[in-house]
Amino acid sequence: MTTVALPAAAITPRGLRRIAWVGIGIGLIAAWIALPPIAARTWVPSLLLGLFAVAIGAWIVVQGERRFGWFAIVAGVFGFGLALLATFSGLGKLESVVVWSALFAAMLRFATPLAFASLGGLFSERAGVVNIGLEGMMLMGAFFGILGADKTNSWWLGLLIGVAAGGSAALVHAFFAIHLQADQIVGGTAINFLAVGLTGYLFIDVYGTEGTPTDIPSIPDVRLGFVDGIPFFGAIFDQLNLMIWIAIVLVPLTWLVIFRTPIGLRIRACGEHPRAADTVGIDVYAIRYGAVVLSGMLAAAGGAYLSIGFVNSFNENMTAGRGFIALAALIFGNWRPFGAAAACLLFGFSSALAQRLPEYSQSASVLFQALPYVLTLIAVAGVIGRSIPPASVGRPYRKQ
Amino acid sequence: MPRPRAGRRMTTTPAPGPGVDPSGLGPEKRASFIERYGISQRAEGLAAPLITTVLAFLVGGLVVLVTTGKNPLTTYRAIFEGAGFSWFFDLGSNRVGLPFSDATIWFPWNVSDAESVAAANLQQTLIVTTTLILTGLTVAFAFRCGMFNIGGQGQYLAGSIWAVWIGSSFSGLNPFLHIVLAIAVATLGGAVWAGIAGFLKATVGAHEVITTIMLNWVAIWVGSFLFGLGGPLQNDLQSSVPISNDVVENAFLPVFWGDALLQGLHVGLFLALAALVVYWGVLNRTTLGYGVRAVGFNPEAARYGGIGVARNYFLAMAISGAFAGLAGAIDVLGWQHRLSTSDIQTSQLGFIGIAVALLGRNTAVGVALAALLFGSLVTGTSTRNLDPEIFQPELASNLTLLIQGLVVLFVGADILVLWLLRRARGRR
Repeated sequence: MTTVALPAAAITPRGLRRIAWVGIGIGLIAAWIALPPIAARTWVPSLLLGLFAVAIGAWIVVQGERRFGWFAIVAGVFGFGLALLATFSGLGKLESVVVWSALFAAMLRFATPLAFASLGGLFSERAGVVNIGLEGMMLMGAFFGILGADKTNSWWLGLLIGVAAGGSAALVHAFFAIHLQADQIVGGTAINFLAVGLTGYLFIDVYGTEGTPTDIPSIPDVRLGFVDGIPFFGAIFDQLNLMIWIAIVLVPLTWLVIFRTPIGLRIRACGEHPRAADTVGIDVYAIRYGAVVLSGMLAAAGGAYLSIGFVNSFNENMTAGRGFIALAALIFGNWRPFGAAAACLLFGFSSALAQRLPEYSQSASVLFQALPYVLTLIAVAGVIGRSIPPASVGRPYRKQ
Repeated sequence: MPRPRAGRRMTTTPAPGPGVDPSGLGPEKRASFIERYGISQRAEGLAAPLITTVLAFLVGGLVVLVTTGKNPLTTYRAIFEGAGFSWFFDLGSNRVGLPFSDATIWFPWNVSDAESVAAANLQQTLIVTTTLILTGLTVAFAFRCGMFNIGGQGQYLAGSIWAVWIGSSFSGLNPFLHIVLAIAVATLGGAVWAGIAGFLKATVGAHEVITTIMLNWVAIWVGSFLFGLGGPLQNDLQSSVPISNDVVENAFLPVFWGDALLQGLHVGLFLALAALVVYWGVLNRTTLGYGVRAVGFNPEAARYGGIGVARNYFLAMAISGAFAGLAGAIDVLGWQHRLSTSDIQTSQLGFIGIAVALLGRNTAVGVALAALLFGSLVTGTSTRNLDPEIFQPELASNLTLLIQGLVVLFVGADILVLWLLRRARGRR
């Protein structure tokens, strides 16, 4: 009898991750077959698929790729759980809640502001400056975006003004963090307070208590036309806001810049080991300034999308924690562009679903809003493999 | 012996003229300089926060002037009056009740709010100050262990939620026991909520800033879920209002100044003052406090000295959260008496604790003073207290946030001042 020893050493981490993705996919299929349009009214196949996904995940964990293994396990459990719930719910209700094309379109809308801020945070933190102030910078973008669009009567000037406002808030943060070597978390907190106060003050001062007028020019949607006929994708991609497309382009672009260009190498060097970067002639201060200001501009673009692209109005403190969700997505995505984007999509999807859940239960849909934060807690707790930040993030660099 | 010599020198030593050899007088001059420098550095403990505050108010005044064209001084004066500080110039009536008794004592100021709006305003200010002292201590205690607890808001909410649940249940309980039970459980609730972050920091090294931010939002959404429409703790009588049950009257904190129906000042203030003493005592007079401060100064050195770093991280965080939980209980039992989902989502007192602790430099006295400053700003700019003819309250409450942000920002600059001084001393 010959035992076929698995060549464990031959499977690279990348290979393991690929297998884990298969497990995650199987877990999702377990949920999918119980939901419309298939809507199998029995949970038996979902149970089998879910168990299969868990088994794959467990094997991956044993092989040492803990993070992705756990993802597969969670996908399997969730897939089966969701399928179980779906088979118990009425078919009519299920069909009104789970409209895939609408859910995906809403997911993209919710994920876009998060993605902008998250990618912004990525630049800043990869360069070694913690940016707790993302929330405030987003809020600056949201207010000055709508103010600019209103005063100039042009959405793109409004967007530009919003981005500039976020950039200048970030410049303040950068100055305190880099030149004054103040505590970066204190500085970021100050930016958040300042942004709430400043935008709230100017909002009341300019618009009074009635709110923003309704005829402010907004960022246009892009109509593709040619995808109209394609059944599923047509409904999602035919009419999306310009900013959503920019966000979709920005993710691979950020990856390219951070991991495939000299400037990205410099940014990462400043975040990992600024002394070494300085020694080889990189201007640490300049890189960090650039990265922080860029992060403010990106976060502000996300904020401006909220005010003049998504809801077409502004109210006090309208970002309501989205900057912190973006920060959570960054951590959840392990400080990587695609990881952060995936986390934004996940959090966006949970928002989209929460929007439709009141059909079942008003209160449960509220509780659903806590999901991104709980997931991030689990991620930093290291149960599913640790999130490891850039080595020198949060430490001021002192030139010698 | 030294005294006469010093006296003699004062009278006989000639003032150093231009021809005096500088090297001969060098050491003495330097000693006196270092002495003066030492005094200035001690004074800096008070001077730096004062400068910070003045600077923040100056910028705030500038904003007022530029945007509305109104005189900033008039505005600040209206806020001062809205906060009730004009009460100190409001002499008249002379009886004030002692808490927990029918006795009264003589008092020079006007204490009845039927006669004095200022007294009612000051009561409001002190109610907010009570909370801010505790949320300030929350942040300060963690700071002393080298951690930044941004989660005061979540821990405060955890305390509020537990307090409102205990306070609105067990209606037959003895009033004193009921209050003690609600406060104890709420304090524990805050401690546990912060303890999660402390535990994660101690065991897996998860950064407390990230975990406490996440816990804040979990608390906000869990609270909205509990008291929201269809939630498990939502009001039993009004099913269409997202609000908790009312705290039973037995569990209200006694009011010792002003009308209990008009939110008079409750005895929670004394609990907050006691917490200040506890804070000082635990940090400076106990082994636990020694360990906490040692870890705060240098975790590696503390570890080398045999102090359990992980244990101290956990305990410091839990104690820190206990202060916030207590604050939540005091607010609920003292004046809120119920929690709505909008209370939970718009409450800011936990966050203001950050500014209080930073401005108060993590000392008990500093926290008390900073809490009074921010308490009076919050009250003085509220729609209820600020005279709308002088300045629009909606604007002014944002002015408070702005000033608060500036204070936090300038505390960062204050670190710069210390750093520059230290560097100058290091080079000499």
